[in-house]
Amino acid sequence: MKRLRPSRGGGANRGAAAAPSERERGWGPASMKKANATLLVVLAVWLACIETAGLQTAPKRIISLIPALTEMVYAIGAGTELIAVGSFDEYPPQVASLPRVGGLLDPDLERILSLKPDLVLVYGTQTDLRLQLERAGIQQFPYKHGDLASVMATIRALGARLGRGEAAERVAADIENRLSAIRSRVSGRARPKALLVFGRDALSLRGIFASGGVGFLHDMLETAGADNVFADVTRESVQVTSELVLQRAPEAIVELRHGMKPDQLDAERSVWSALASVPAVRTGRIHILTDSSLPIPGPRAAQATELMARALHPEAFEGRPVKRPDP
Amino acid sequence: MTAIRRRLIVTIVAFGLPALVVIGGAPLVGSTSIDLWRALDRSVPISENVDAQIFFIARLPRTLAGALVGATLAAAGVVFQGLLRNPLATPFTLGISSGAALGAMLAITFDWTIGFGSVSAVPIASFAGSIGAVAIVYALSVARQRGLSTGVLLLAGVTLNAFFSALILFVQYFADFAETFRTLRWLMGDLDVSGFQPIVLALPLAAAAFGLFATLPRALNLLSLGPDSAGARGIDVTHAQRTAFFSASLATGAAVSVGGPIGFIGIIVPHLVRLLVGSDHRLVLPASAIFGAAFLVACDTLARTVIAPVELPVGVITALLGGPFFLWLLVRR
Repeated sequence: MKRLRPSRGGGANRGAAAAPSERERGWGPASMKKANATLLVVLAVWLACIETAGLQTAPKRIISLIPALTEMVYAIGAGTELIAVGSFDEYPPQVASLPRVGGLLDPDLERILSLKPDLVLVYGTQTDLRLQLERAGIQQFPYKHGDLASVMATIRALGARLGRGEAAERVAADIENRLSAIRSRVSGRARPKALLVFGRDALSLRGIFASGGVGFLHDMLETAGADNVFADVTRESVQVTSELVLQRAPEAIVELRHGMKPDQLDAERSVWSALASVPAVRTGRIHILTDSSLPIPGPRAAQATELMARALHPEAFEGRPVKRPDP
Repeated sequence: MTAIRRRLIVTIVAFGLPALVVIGGAPLVGSTSIDLWRALDRSVPISENVDAQIFFIARLPRTLAGALVGATLAAAGVVFQGLLRNPLATPFTLGISSGAALGAMLAITFDWTIGFGSVSAVPIASFAGSIGAVAIVYALSVARQRGLSTGVLLLAGVTLNAFFSALILFVQYFADFAETFRTLRWLMGDLDVSGFQPIVLALPLAAAAFGLFATLPRALNLLSLGPDSAGARGIDVTHAQRTAFFSASLATGAAVSVGGPIGFIGIIVPHLVRLLVGSDHRLVLPASAIFGAAFLVACDTLARTVIAPVELPVGVITALLGGPFFLWLLVRR
């Protein structure tokens, strides 16, 4: 039954297409045509029933290949239904005990199939995997990174899909509230022109990648009370040369270096001093943030945004300790 | 002798003047317009002089890196083509660039840092990788006979290339996605050195290589007739081959450590120059070095200005410009 369950959307067509092939497989000669036609109708109705039933019963064996979605599944309370995650999932800590089934570029289809999932959370560009899952009749929830608002939209859509609409609504609304709290906390303060770096070669100013003017990182930076120096570039990422840094003259530099050890921070920060005319370098407003929430557009987006806001506007958060969300 | 000397002077002037214009003009062009007089104004402290910083920290090192890498790769290409007597040889044929790439991949993926000072490990690891590749290829080519077998050299190099490429993919497969993208970007070549340090580190190596190149043209001319004829004309074939191999390898390793494996320069520039000045290495070698420097600087200037502030990988430009131009020259003859 599970095998026959059609994917969302194309259900009725699929039922119609499946029926003739059943007939070819030896149901028979012309004399049985009428009976077959009846059967076809019955089958179509039956499949339609399964389709509605499938939408009502929430999936119980979920595989997530995307860290952001894994976090969302846990955040809306469906963590116990996760049976496997992708290679790069680290949060929440519970994922450590789950089997790994590859990542964005190397999903392990065999393992995925052998775990018999009833829903796989995939990235939108994993075309081959999506085709194979479709062929195997396994439902999927495709996802793509977008802006900050799409984080909440994804949480709500996922909640609806997993039959946890209310919990998802709570999580999404909480993020929205926290984001607007950050927004009001930093409002009225001078917004520095900021450069948001998410990749750079160790101990050098080469291979710098920064957030352009679209995407969740840009939105987080702007919410945290800064103006992105690359707001005019309508791309998610910009490869930044030293000339560009000098030309754009950011007043603050925020670097996301997940997992960097504290003893490396000073050396990495001092690398920027080569660009002495940059205001951020002169005033020492170079903030290297190492929290694992930062590069992930998931339920910790508000926490990540707050970390940025605290770095950019420490005076706005005086006397307020960092609040961590429940895992 | 005087005839060749005159032709050499004419060639160097004919290639050198346009090259000087290109290399001198490149730092003046960019995504920002800067005021050169303000940049050179010493009365303003450099930390407050944005024009000076853009000129001296961003553009000048980048232009010099382009000139150094372009000259070195083009000259190394000439030497490898002469040594291997194969017009398809490039500085990257013998596995040097794959060795360098493997070193750089490891440094990027595992985030290596060097203990002393604030030196990025990537160029050093890449140079170490190229030395490793050179050592393996050389050891293989002298293992079974006296002297250097260019046949074994070529086969060993090509095989080593494939082997290192497999190792690179293996390392990349275990890297995280952002690192994979950065290693990929390294493979496209990038001259934004943002400071003179990488150039200063590579310059002595390149200078030593060019010093050895200067001893090679006559030997390369005779080697093109075959090692036996060259030997019959009084060339110490093994010595010449060894010098050519090590100097060109050194040059390639130094160039790749600065700018990554920028393709196309090492094969297209020598052939272009041969179409213009003939096949005498006494002319081809210096002309290629000059032309390579100018060509790469020009390509890099395009790369950083064409769709600024977004930047194109310079290797894309060298191939996009060089390919059709070369084909046009080829057909025109």
